[in-house]
Amino acid sequence: MSLLKEPDLGTPAKPGPATVSLEVDGLPVTVPEGTSVMRAAGLCGIDVPKLCATDSLEAFGSCRLCLVEIDGRRGTPASCTTPVAEGMRVSTQTPKLAKLRQGVMELYISDHPLDCLTCSANGDCELQDMSGAVGLRQVRYGYDGANHLDEKTDSSNPYFDFDASKCISCSRCVRACGEVQGTFALTIEGRGFGSKVSAGGTDFMSSECVSCGACVQACPTATLQEKSVIQLGMPSRSVITTCAYCGVGCSFKAELRGAELVRMVPYKDGGANEGHSCVKGRFAFGYATHPDRVLTPMVREKITDEWQPVDWDTAIAFTAARLRDIQSRHGVGAIGGITSSRTTNEEVYVVQKMIRAAFGNNNVDTCARVCHSPTGYGLKQTFGTSAGTQDFRSVAQSDVIMVIGANPTDGHPVFASRMKRRLREGAKLIVIDPRRIDLVRSPHIEAAHHLQLAPGTNVAVVNALAHVVLTEGLVDRSFVGERCEDFDDWAEFIARPENSPEAVEELTGVPAEEVRAAARLFATGGNGAIYYGLGVTEHSQGSTMVMGMANLAMATGNIGREGVGVNPLRGQNNVQGSCDMGSFPHELPGYRHISDDVVRGVFENMWGSTLQAEPGLRIPNMFDAAIEGSFRALYVQGEDIAQSDPNINHVHAALRALDLVVVQDLFLNETAKFAHVFLPGTSFLEKDGTFTNAERRINRVRPVMAPKTGKHEWQIVAEIAEAMGYPMRYDHPSQIMDEIAALTPTFAGVSFDKLDKLGSVQWPCNDNAPEGTPIMHRDGFVRGKGRFVRTPFVPTRERSTRKYPLILTTGRILSQYNVGAQTRRTANVAWHPEDVLEIHPHDAEVRGINDGDEVVLSSRVGATTLRAVLADRMPVGVVYTTFHHPVTGANVVTTENSDWATNCPEYKVTAVQVGLKAAPRPAEALRSAMAAE
Amino acid sequence: MSPQVRMINDIAVQFRHQAPDAAAAAIAEHVRAFWDPRMRAELMRRVESEPQGLDPLALAAARLLST
Repeated sequence: MSLLKEPDLGTPAKPGPATVSLEVDGLPVTVPEGTSVMRAAGLCGIDVPKLCATDSLEAFGSCRLCLVEIDGRRGTPASCTTPVAEGMRVSTQTPKLAKLRQGVMELYISDHPLDCLTCSANGDCELQDMSGAVGLRQVRYGYDGANHLDEKTDSSNPYFDFDASKCISCSRCVRACGEVQGTFALTIEGRGFGSKVSAGGTDFMSSECVSCGACVQACPTATLQEKSVIQLGMPSRSVITTCAYCGVGCSFKAELRGAELVRMVPYKDGGANEGHSCVKGRFAFGYATHPDRVLTPMVREKITDEWQPVDWDTAIAFTAARLRDIQSRHGVGAIGGITSSRTTNEEVYVVQKMIRAAFGNNNVDTCARVCHSPTGYGLKQTFGTSAGTQDFRSVAQSDVIMVIGANPTDGHPVFASRMKRRLREGAKLIVIDPRRIDLVRSPHIEAAHHLQLAPGTNVAVVNALAHVVLTEGLVDRSFVGERCEDFDDWAEFIARPENSPEAVEELTGVPAEEVRAAARLFATGGNGAIYYGLGVTEHSQGSTMVMGMANLAMATGNIGREGVGVNPLRGQNNVQGSCDMGSFPHELPGYRHISDDVVRGVFENMWGSTLQAEPGLRIPNMFDAAIEGSFRALYVQGEDIAQSDPNINHVHAALRALDLVVVQDLFLNETAKFAHVFLPGTSFLEKDGTFTNAERRINRVRPVMAPKTGKHEWQIVAEIAEAMGYPMRYDHPSQIMDEIAALTPTFAGVSFDKLDKLGSVQWPCNDNAPEGTPIMHRDGFVRGKGRFVRTPFVPTRERSTRKYPLILTTGRILSQYNVGAQTRRTANVAWHPEDVLEIHPHDAEVRGINDGDEVVLSSRVGATTLRAVLADRMPVGVVYTTFHHPVTGANVVTTENSDWATNCPEYKVTAVQVGLKAAPRPAEALRSAMAAE
Repeated sequence: MSPQVRMINDIAVQFRHQAPDAAAAAIAEHVRAFWDPRMRAELMRRVESEPQGLDPLALAAARLLST
């Protein structure tokens, strides 16, 4: 495939039913009302010269290059800012226009370096293109006048340079930062000839820039340019693929020179991101070729032995023989495996198939266990299936947005940009979070209500919101009457005085009037949408809270159309897909219980194997069973359980107790320290398959390069199964998807061919919805009627005590991802070189802690050391950290507490104490100093 | 306390709002749907050896599981 240059129609589409017909250069065209003349021209194949216009940004009208003449109108209006009108006759090329454009270009070029042949943007420069387009042949003003050619280059950002000498002050970068990203880090400083782009008066790295790349994408010259392009040269071919970071699932053009990846550029036709990106997807792909990657299989007898590199056949035979041997000695159920939310649907599917059909048990679980398993339980109980209800575009129709336990600007930044755009347009925001996350108050955005609740009281707050809706007569009776069941029983429960905002105020810490006001706004403010994250699920009542939110959405009629819904923001790229593919020990692909004889029979026929009808072990159960002795071998694909799972000391004890640990991963991660077999995996750049994002969108993951290990991950799994005596043969991953489609009603219409044709589809995709389902539950719920469920608040067992008086809650930040295995191996460490502990200044002061001090964070299960950062975004009594760095090992302190229904760990509530790390005694300090020398 | 006892107690407390018989049935149904057989077996052993550690609703549910 050659380098894909997407068409740029200059100004955004203006969708609407009314149309306008006009002529451009004699060609008739009919476009939606409100469309610019420039876009109308583009739609009939006529490119009007432009520099400040691009169709990801609203028209600006500054470059004066896109001038046109319109019959019956005076002057030469800018086509980008002129809307079409019925019967309009436009001329884009006349002698008068040519003269004007050449004059404009002369001025630009007189203050621009004439280094095209050595410029990094040579061949991809709009200024260069426009010089040609307008027929520029001379610059009458010369090049010796006042100019900006000596402006310095700002190289502070690790991924791109800002060469101010090449800037034409078109403001595209400034507008992209504001309109697309919503950060407003850039501005035009100064006036007239002295005006220049500025990152708020400082360099890019010191500014509020979040390094999303929108400015680089928008820049028409080499002013903002990727360092990789400067270093390697302009790419020559593109492959459309899907990001492997968060659950937004952005589409990218992987742009290469030969076999070398030069840059990742967000794809305008990507359904999830529509041309936008974040610092991780856009720039942090270097881990895929990092020297730390292990490319050869390795085995060892004991975890204290050195690794022995072996060939694939040896590694697979070793793995299969050990697994069978353990089963022969300890029983069929003594082994199991964990699928990964970072691998493709096809890779996940074959792992769970191997476990069910070759291992002969249901001991399969996935890393979604520790994040969104309560979503699966809660939404299935209430709506009938485990999935968010909306597509991302839906937020553009929301009037009231409720964000609960999520921090989208850090965790799901590209979706956050969509959300912020809608908030700037006037939608109201309700944030429910113990921390004052950035969304609460950021440029041009301020939450109408921030319910800063005590960690662990989510259910009390959502019940209180619902109590207000019910008792103040704000229920959508029509929706509830037609679409739902069990309402009266729920209403009797939720109306009880103990659920009132006043009754729970002391417990939650949220003023009752604030809860009442938020409830009224959500119920009466128009389209109300709920977006939530792990601050909902990772609690002892995570599943209850998911049902509580579903109750609230149904009671207010906010389900089944654009702008509403209950929407989990999935943490990893394929959390949705890994769950869809039957990774849970009680469910086959498509969320069908393993005990269902009919469903199981369908799989048995297709797979030619008898399946167990009983659920298998979940991840925490595997750890417990390992320590008890009934579980002896674990296959782990793409998850670092020794770092990411709670109560690490317990996890490590379980891993040490196993006879065999097989790790299939990119790197020798923390879990590999306990492994006997290491099977090298492939990065997303090598994979061939599909990811399913948080909006149920199935996107193609196309191979940008051949597997560096010599083998696809699905092949490894199939070969292990075969070596264990169960043939599992595929020639291509498309055959795996065909098998998934044949067995899974919601995927029945999915195929690689269809995805290549349509770009992506959102499941359900079948005969009823051949091109997918952006909005679910439109005419009825998946389970028929939406079910109201009682959600009594039960406090967590984890309480602050005199010994552990603070509550720790954990999360992630923008530049890092999960356990950091990927992002720590990129320049993203420039933003977050270590995990820190955010603590309120009051809590710090009473402990004698200053900003930057090393502190000991301890709970009843463990302790770790990290640096304190004083932050008044934290409420008094609550501290916060991330778990991106194994050195810190934040999960040393998190406990065994978990969601009652799913065993999802309670990462968000741990009673802790924080104290200054004791200063070393003089003799120790001397020894340390000598050792350092 | 064994993991199984801790887990079923955690489940039981969520169903206290229901009548005891209905709660026990719901808890038992949940355990059947989501627990590996060896976990259920271990639970039954704990019911025999240390029933005092179980929430009364959990105990009632465990009895349903054994029938």
